[in-house]
Amino acid sequence: MAGISRDEVAHLARLARIEMSDSELDHLATQLDSILVAVASVQEVAQADVSPTSHPLPLTNVTREDVVRPSLSSEEALSGAPAQVEDRFKVPQILGEE
Amino acid sequence: MTNIHSTAAQMSDALSAGTITSVELTEQHLDQITKVDKQVHAFLHVDRENALAQARDVDAKRKSGQKLSALAGVPLALKDVLAQKGVPTTCGSKMLEGWRPPYDSTVVAKLKQAGVVILGKTNMDEFAMGSSTENSAYGPTHNPWDLTRIPGGSGGGSAAALASFEAPLAIGTDTGGSIRQPAAVTGTVGVKPTYGAVSRYGLVAFSSSLDQAGPCARTVLDTALLHEVIAGYDQMDSTSINAPVPQVVAAAKKLDVKGLKIGVVKELSGQGYQSGVLQRFNEALDELVKAGAEIVEVSCPNFEYALAAYYLIAPSEASSNLARFDSMRYGLRVGDDGKASAEEVMNLTRHEGFGAEVKRRIILGTYALSSGYYDAYYGSAQKVRTLLIRDYQAAFAKADVLVSPTCPTTAFKLGENVDNPVAMYLNDIATIPVNMAGIGAMSLPCGLAPEDGLPVGFQIMSPAMKDDLMYQVGGTLEAALVNKWGKTLLSDIPVLAGK
Amino acid sequence: MTLTYDQAVIKYEPTLGLEVHVELNTKSKMFCGCATEFGAEPNTQTCPICLGLPGALPVVNGRAIESSILIGLALNCQIAPFSRFARKNYFYPDMPKNFQTSQYDEPICVNGYLDVEIDTDEGKMPFRVEIERVHMEEDTGKSLHVGGETGRIHGADYSLLDYNRAGIPLVEIVTKIIPGAKKYAPQVARAYVTELRDILRSLGVSDVKMEQGSMRCDVNLSLALAGSGALGTRSETKNVNSLRSVERAVIGEVIRQSNRLETGERIIQETRHFLEESGQTRPGRSKEQAEDYRYFPEPDLVPVVPDTAWIETLRGQLPERPSARRKRLQAEWSVPDKEMDSLVNSELLDVVEETISLGAEPARARSWWLGEVSRLANEREVAPTSLITAASVAEVIVLIESGELTDKLARQVIEGVIAGEGSAKEVIEKRGLKVVSDDGALMKAIESAIAASPDTAQRVRSGNIPAAGALIGAVMKSTGGQADAAKVRELLLKHLGQG
Ligand SMILES: [Mg+2]
Ligand SMILES: [Zn+2]
Repeated sequence: MAGISRDEVAHLARLARIEMSDSELDHLATQLDSILVAVASVQEVAQADVSPTSHPLPLTNVTREDVVRPSLSSEEALSGAPAQVEDRFKVPQILGEE
Repeated sequence: MTNIHSTAAQMSDALSAGTITSVELTEQHLDQITKVDKQVHAFLHVDRENALAQARDVDAKRKSGQKLSALAGVPLALKDVLAQKGVPTTCGSKMLEGWRPPYDSTVVAKLKQAGVVILGKTNMDEFAMGSSTENSAYGPTHNPWDLTRIPGGSGGGSAAALASFEAPLAIGTDTGGSIRQPAAVTGTVGVKPTYGAVSRYGLVAFSSSLDQAGPCARTVLDTALLHEVIAGYDQMDSTSINAPVPQVVAAAKKLDVKGLKIGVVKELSGQGYQSGVLQRFNEALDELVKAGAEIVEVSCPNFEYALAAYYLIAPSEASSNLARFDSMRYGLRVGDDGKASAEEVMNLTRHEGFGAEVKRRIILGTYALSSGYYDAYYGSAQKVRTLLIRDYQAAFAKADVLVSPTCPTTAFKLGENVDNPVAMYLNDIATIPVNMAGIGAMSLPCGLAPEDGLPVGFQIMSPAMKDDLMYQVGGTLEAALVNKWGKTLLSDIPVLAGK
Repeated sequence: MTLTYDQAVIKYEPTLGLEVHVELNTKSKMFCGCATEFGAEPNTQTCPICLGLPGALPVVNGRAIESSILIGLALNCQIAPFSRFARKNYFYPDMPKNFQTSQYDEPICVNGYLDVEIDTDEGKMPFRVEIERVHMEEDTGKSLHVGGETGRIHGADYSLLDYNRAGIPLVEIVTKIIPGAKKYAPQVARAYVTELRDILRSLGVSDVKMEQGSMRCDVNLSLALAGSGALGTRSETKNVNSLRSVERAVIGEVIRQSNRLETGERIIQETRHFLEESGQTRPGRSKEQAEDYRYFPEPDLVPVVPDTAWIETLRGQLPERPSARRKRLQAEWSVPDKEMDSLVNSELLDVVEETISLGAEPARARSWWLGEVSRLANEREVAPTSLITAASVAEVIVLIESGELTDKLARQVIEGVIAGEGSAKEVIEKRGLKVVSDDGALMKAIESAIAASPDTAQRVRSGNIPAAGALIGAVMKSTGGQADAAKVRELLLKHLGQG
């Protein structure tokens, strides 16, 4: 199961939006290989009759009332913005769909 | 007269008695920080002015006869992963350099409410990913016992601040051992409460289903006092437990374990553990027997898969949690030259802004969740989680609490495991099962390993929502050990104790 | 040789799939307390949660769950005994967390259907559209693309983001694939979206304003050779924002796809955009590879497990189904099919029903709303219901029925009410619009009319009844239209010996 190629790491880096140089990809592929060897053992005990647990405590139906609470001011909302124009976050051009 | 070497409980008494003011106490700690933090590097940001303002406020309230909480006026060091309004919050990452949250985390709100004086933000592995605090973008923290060694991680800053007497109280967060392992290697006390006991609102998420903030201090009682300040139901956190907080302060004061069954987890105290660690662990067990507890051996056969499952679940959740750091709304932005697209700027920013360990885990998590691999990795890991919970249920049927050494070894040297992630991950072998099952656990010091003179941590695990049990056992053990040694462990800490 | 629509649907059979996103009209957002009002100043309805600030956590809006269950019940769905939110991971600047919190493999409602009626060559025909799922999710922010030649996204210099819309609750309603509509596919698509809109409106869960984007439709369409039983490759046309466009988008895609197939080209599975002006579609982002959303259960939220009592309480709140209501009202008011259709299409059914319930006669209520009020609304380019209330129209109609107003006077009253001159009563008072029904006053006017046209009067006397029209007209004129024409006629004929 384990064994991960540089191309696969490059694909993952694209999915994760992280620029990576060739040497970084090589280095990471090697490391991921050894990590995946170490973690593959989970498959030994993960039998079909074992249900998965995604949450440590069995809570259900936690909701809030539909009540409006104060928002931040636009100054507060934009306080960390790398760039802004007229109370809007300014970001580089977005390529993709409209 | 109290000083920085006193316990928080003693400081609280002195403040109530009026023999010291909070401003004086705060200044003493700020002075200690000035004196030793160049060497220890526990703090990323010392919030001198705000701390003194808070102290003045508490003093004024006390003067006017207002009823104050037990820890009002006592200083605290806050792990830099919790949002504090207007105060830099970096998570040890370049990504958030200069970011000042426009809101308070619930933990911070509760601390402020209780009048606890927040001295500043402590160093940590970037986004809480690590076991040595070497992954901080702002340089490592050093272990006050030996500056060439790691203070544990990710909450190395908080633990080191306690051990170097820069603060009597600290807040940590524990996803796979980040409170307990630093406590163990610095000879301090740290508690990871039951998942959901302390609100995660405003705790910058690493792995949402595992993260939990908790109290850190130098004694079990101090830890309990802080526990009661920060725990409790919070409507802002859907995973918060809507039930009364267990009486942990009362439990810490009980000093009695007669009739309690203490289960030694077979799988967490054998091969791979440093001999001095096992020796001190066994001696501590003897003290518990003397105090009237019954020792039983329990087996948790699936624990051997816990580490593997953890290193799939935590990176998976992290890959999603850390997606928001994209330079659009806050934080670092790299490569915005007016021509580059948003996507290119995101790629460059995340390349520059994240350190190696964070990138490694994001890529690992992205892999584990990706189509075709989900079932084999993430899905299987979630099944292991079920098996771990079953193991705990069976073990807790035989014992009231479970115990183990907190870590397999004492503090290792800085740099020793930096490029060997698998070896680094092994540090958390005994702490991780706790997070996976959502139960509570404590680490307290049980002596110095004979071979290297470094602190050894003793871990006590209690069933979910029964956090009082670990305090009861921890308080009893601590009293027995201090009685046996004739002093506290930290009174032997070299140089930085400032004696 | 290009195929026309009629030719295309002889050779190819269309298969439809419809995905409708509906913004719920909750007061607060899906996961935070921010207001949801449309058109607020940018970034004034945002908070740490909907901005995805580090540390913030979501809590589900209970009303959004109830609205979703109501929708499911109205669409004959099964309400899932266990449902969960998942994270849909992909990067986009209008999505603050870079994942959308959405239900994925465990939606709240599944397996329903909606019966609609379509117009065919053989008259009205029933058609059942099966529903795959109804699930909850959150909306994204809005981006504004600035600079560049076209003002469009391509070639824009930069983009500006407003997150007021981010986190508004969305319900996505997805049909199963809809085969068998054949050449009526456009009608089926339109009838389905129309009926769905009416149901959502009757439930009161959404404003369902397609033009404001509170209801958005994606049309999936594929073609296969008629009789082949095969399923072709589909295209997905996004954000079709009017009922008419739904119909046109289907027609446009049938024509485009059939002509591609005719020339031996492959249909690409892709996202397309509907062009309002031409009724055609153009390709959207071409995906180099299928998106890998890396869905996993949202660890910050807990499962939704509705119990039977809750579901049954909600079922008890279901209003009458709009189609059933239409049938009932049509029968009660004895309206012909065609007129009922125009009433429904003009979206005046509710207000007409209200007008009738306030005492107006059904035929008059219909004709006043569809006639005079609609005419005035058209002139002003607003909705009729924004001009005048049902109560005012009912008041006027009641006065007509009691003979206190003529149709002509009534028009003036309505004009006055719309002009803001007050209630119907006040307008009548101020403008002096009373029917002259005083016999004495009328007789005076009749006598002067006869005196003015003795010849005409003579013709009437000798049995030429239609000739009376000119005299009645003269009376009406001299009384400024305030006379009751029927009454004038009666008095005049009697006076001339023809009564
Ligand atoms: Mg959707
Ligand atoms: Zn909000």
